[in-house]
Amino acid sequence: MSGIFASMIDGLLIGAVYGLAAMGLSLIWGVMDVINLTHGATIALGMFGMYILFSAFPVNAYLLLIPIIAAGLLLGLLIYWISVHWVIDRPQLASLLSTFAVNMMIIGIGTAIWSTSPYNVNFTLPGITVGAYTFTGNHMAAAGAAVVIALALELFLYRTRMGKAIRAVADNREAAELMGISSTMVLALAFAIGISLAASSGALVSTLFPFTILSGASYQMKSFVVTVLAGLGRPFGALVAGVLLGLLEGAVTPFIAVSWIPLIEFGLFVVVLVLFPRGIFGRATA
Amino acid sequence: MILRHPVLYIILAFAVIMVWLPLHGNNVSLREDLILVAIAVILASNLNLMIGYTGYVNFGHIVFYGLGGYIGLYLAAEKDWNLVLASLIAGVGVSLFALVLGLGILRLRGAYFALATIGILVAVQSFVANFDPWGRSTGLYVSFGAYEKLGGARHALWVTYFLVIGVMALSMILSLGIKISKFGLGLFAIREDEDAAVVLGVNATVYKAIIYSVSAFLPAVAGALMFYKNGMIDPSIAFEFMLSLEGIVMLMLGGKGTVIGAALGGGLYEKLRSYLLTSPKLSNFHLVIAGGLLLVVVLFAPGGLIGWLYRLVPRSRKVLE
Repeated sequence: MSGIFASMIDGLLIGAVYGLAAMGLSLIWGVMDVINLTHGATIALGMFGMYILFSAFPVNAYLLLIPIIAAGLLLGLLIYWISVHWVIDRPQLASLLSTFAVNMMIIGIGTAIWSTSPYNVNFTLPGITVGAYTFTGNHMAAAGAAVVIALALELFLYRTRMGKAIRAVADNREAAELMGISSTMVLALAFAIGISLAASSGALVSTLFPFTILSGASYQMKSFVVTVLAGLGRPFGALVAGVLLGLLEGAVTPFIAVSWIPLIEFGLFVVVLVLFPRGIFGRATA
Repeated sequence: MILRHPVLYIILAFAVIMVWLPLHGNNVSLREDLILVAIAVILASNLNLMIGYTGYVNFGHIVFYGLGGYIGLYLAAEKDWNLVLASLIAGVGVSLFALVLGLGILRLRGAYFALATIGILVAVQSFVANFDPWGRSTGLYVSFGAYEKLGGARHALWVTYFLVIGVMALSMILSLGIKISKFGLGLFAIREDEDAAVVLGVNATVYKAIIYSVSAFLPAVAGALMFYKNGMIDPSIAFEFMLSLEGIVMLMLGGKGTVIGAALGGGLYEKLRSYLLTSPKLSNFHLVIAGGLLLVVVLFAPGGLIGWLYRLVPRSRKVLE
């Protein structure tokens, strides 16, 4: 019985990282109605960013999050300019395909550099032992970092002028422009923050599990699941839904083969999409 | 009606050339190249029915091809059925599956539908990888003796080639037939403005489910033929996400919403890909080039090659549909 309990605690901690990744997807989706298909590739870049930085500066890996967040913002601006800026007023199909094209390019370049063999970040924090189970320090630190970043985003969105501008553009872009908000700048910033969140979640994952350049895809899928669970444009809801998904994974892993998990997750994803198109925590009106 | 459209004769001529080229001089390596071109044209043409005609992006189109392959191989190799019958059953079975699935997920609009299709691909793949009768993750094999019914392995390769070319021609004729029908007009209306289409009396739910199901039929038949010819199938080659996505690149490159564009994009992209994959310098970068190509088309030429041709020679619009 305590085995499930331990597995659920692990799931809960990893779930916070899923939630952080999903916040990035959800922010971009909510603010500019763009489904960012570079999400998975950015998560993978975050993993390799951490790997490179940690190889060069073997300090506490969680300190290295700061340069990764900064690099993520710059990368986000670049991706915004390449793939989203030109199609922002075209039908959704266009941005879906253009971000997907960038995704292919990132994966292609990544495969050429790192092949598809697994890498890992060799950094361990001491864990806490309770009875027969040890909760690893990395899991707790990653979850802690995810929650701190999520809270910082929430403060930024609700307490600063720029954050309010982002929410205004999300609600009604034309009206926000009439109030003197430069929507291009706001969109670029929101996209950059979204990418930065994805990259930092990738960096956190890299301290927990081995990864390849293709690993981002499965976290991208999880982000979609979490985002539709939470409903669009609700970054903090995404964190909660991420923790729920982690808990669910933790609760089922002791009982079934790991290879069934994608089926369960995406079954859930499709059912939620069809039954609750605005998310379980979503508002009644879009 | 359909006989009055010049494109029909272009399609037939194309199929005849595809048959004649490798037969002339018994060129086996050319045949293997062309069968991949034909598969690309089949996938792009049927994907066009969803993306080009109806405006719904299906990221998981390859599910139909892979499932068709599994059903076909299972019936033809394990149960010893006739290949053509097994392929047709695979097509019908996968179409019914798509119809039921479509009635559920096509309640989703636009991007939500696109995301659900990714979920379906992953879910089907993980189901098949755990499904005992289909050999779980090791997949199914065709024993060499099974080809005897088609007159030995060498002969069987030619038979499957001709069948695949037939499916290719049917895919294009189907695209043309739907495009000039009232049903096709309803799909275009859904693509342009679904709410307006519903107000004007298009039963969008039924139309979308039907086209989703129709777009599953020929890829499933082609999958059954192709995997039978290859002699094996497993979950990772049957449901290759990359191939599903490359189908979208092909379609955008040629020009979505047009019969010729889908085929042109499929054929050209397949040639480009096999060139890139065999070139030692560029094989690592084939994804980068494909991605760059897609980006350029989406940003600068949303009509693809055919759209560009339409603008260059406006009269071509009347001939090339």
